[in-house]
Amino acid sequence: MSYDVKIENFEGPLDLLLHLIKKNEMDIYNIQVSMITDQSLEILDAMKNLNLDVAGEFLLMAATLLHIKSKLLLPQHDDEDLDEDELDPRAELVRRLLEYQKYKDAGNSFDALPRLNRDIFARKFQAPELVVGQEGDEMIAVGIFELVDAFQRLLKETSDPYIHEINIERLTVSDRINAILSQLAGKESVGFMDVFDEHPDRNMVIVTFLAMLELVRLRLVRLMQNSRCGSIWLYPAVSDDDISPFDLGDASLGYL
Amino acid sequence: MVISDVRKNIEALVFVSEAPIKLDRIAEILEMKKNDIKNALQSLEEEYASADRGIILEEIAEGFQFRTRQECAGAIQQLVKTRAFRFSRAALETLAIIAYRQPVTRAEVEYLRGVDSGGVFKTLLEKQLIRILGKKDVPGRPLIYGTSKEFLEFFGMRDLSALPTLKEFSDLSVDLPETAEVGIDVAGLALSEKEKEE
Repeated sequence: MSYDVKIENFEGPLDLLLHLIKKNEMDIYNIQVSMITDQSLEILDAMKNLNLDVAGEFLLMAATLLHIKSKLLLPQHDDEDLDEDELDPRAELVRRLLEYQKYKDAGNSFDALPRLNRDIFARKFQAPELVVGQEGDEMIAVGIFELVDAFQRLLKETSDPYIHEINIERLTVSDRINAILSQLAGKESVGFMDVFDEHPDRNMVIVTFLAMLELVRLRLVRLMQNSRCGSIWLYPAVSDDDISPFDLGDASLGYL
Repeated sequence: MVISDVRKNIEALVFVSEAPIKLDRIAEILEMKKNDIKNALQSLEEEYASADRGIILEEIAEGFQFRTRQECAGAIQQLVKTRAFRFSRAALETLAIIAYRQPVTRAEVEYLRGVDSGGVFKTLLEKQLIRILGKKDVPGRPLIYGTSKEFLEFFGMRDLSALPTLKEFSDLSVDLPETAEVGIDVAGLALSEKEKEE
């Protein structure tokens, strides 16, 4: 097998077509479809020879090119009223290429912009973890990404060795809801990590997390953090007196 | 307050503020008219720009922040030793499409790029350069995306009007497969226009 095939890294079929058009010094408005089709098929073959996975998009583009080529070969009926697209089967492709080129160039100009923490610097402030819990810190609502992140970090820390085991005693979401509520009772806030035991097993982590989400949904608890990526705190959303043990069963919450 | 005191206070506020501080916030704290604050900020901005200093005052993401001059980058890089992440070409392309065409769905971006963009979207969301603005009011209710405040801070832009102008290759523009109007107020975008007029 020879290794003299050089394949550049194309972002997609449009990128490949632009490259071919430029390489052949073609006018983008007057693409020689047959030449471009042959060359892109050659490149697809080369990709296959190199055992590269040819993505479906490239095959689709090759098929489109062949379709356009076949249309160009067929005689046109002059009597019908055809709009521009139908007159020249290449028009749609040209439009997409031009639009793509526009954003490709825009992307390159983004790359050249002065960038924070590379060319331009602003003052760095203390890492949020270190200033957590100080009075007067402005709290912001926790976004879904941070929450999922925190959950995944927790799961990673508590990976059990896998042992098949049948548990009779089953942890329920409503149990955990009540546990969290009693933890919150009389307090202003509880840390995200404090809701979990010191060495929780995976089951415990998941059920507790579900309980937390359930509480947020029931508007009993608000999840706040004092900065993006800062640690997460649970705040009771209602005053202390209203927090009473919850008598919802798992079934009514939708967990069985 | 005397003008010079105002300027002093504003300078101090911008200095200690963790994120770019908004004009409205400064006006609220100093209990002064926005217009006066604006003038003071402008004169400060000019003063920093003309002085031969390492720091300039810049309007970023609709707020004000002190930033270092670009020519000092080399020295600072020695100090902080951060490795700035490099954008892949796919990420740059996708970011550009989202920035210029927002609010936009993933399907629309993929149509323009001609290639699957799921992974790139994930990376950009993780880097918090783009955010989900809501759902589009078309069948399937796809998520619509736009750039975030962090995007403006990252590239040092005042607002989206500071995006470099798109080079037009032709007047033809691609009609996206579904061009139904987006039935959602794009938070932040519409607002910033109003705020500017004030």
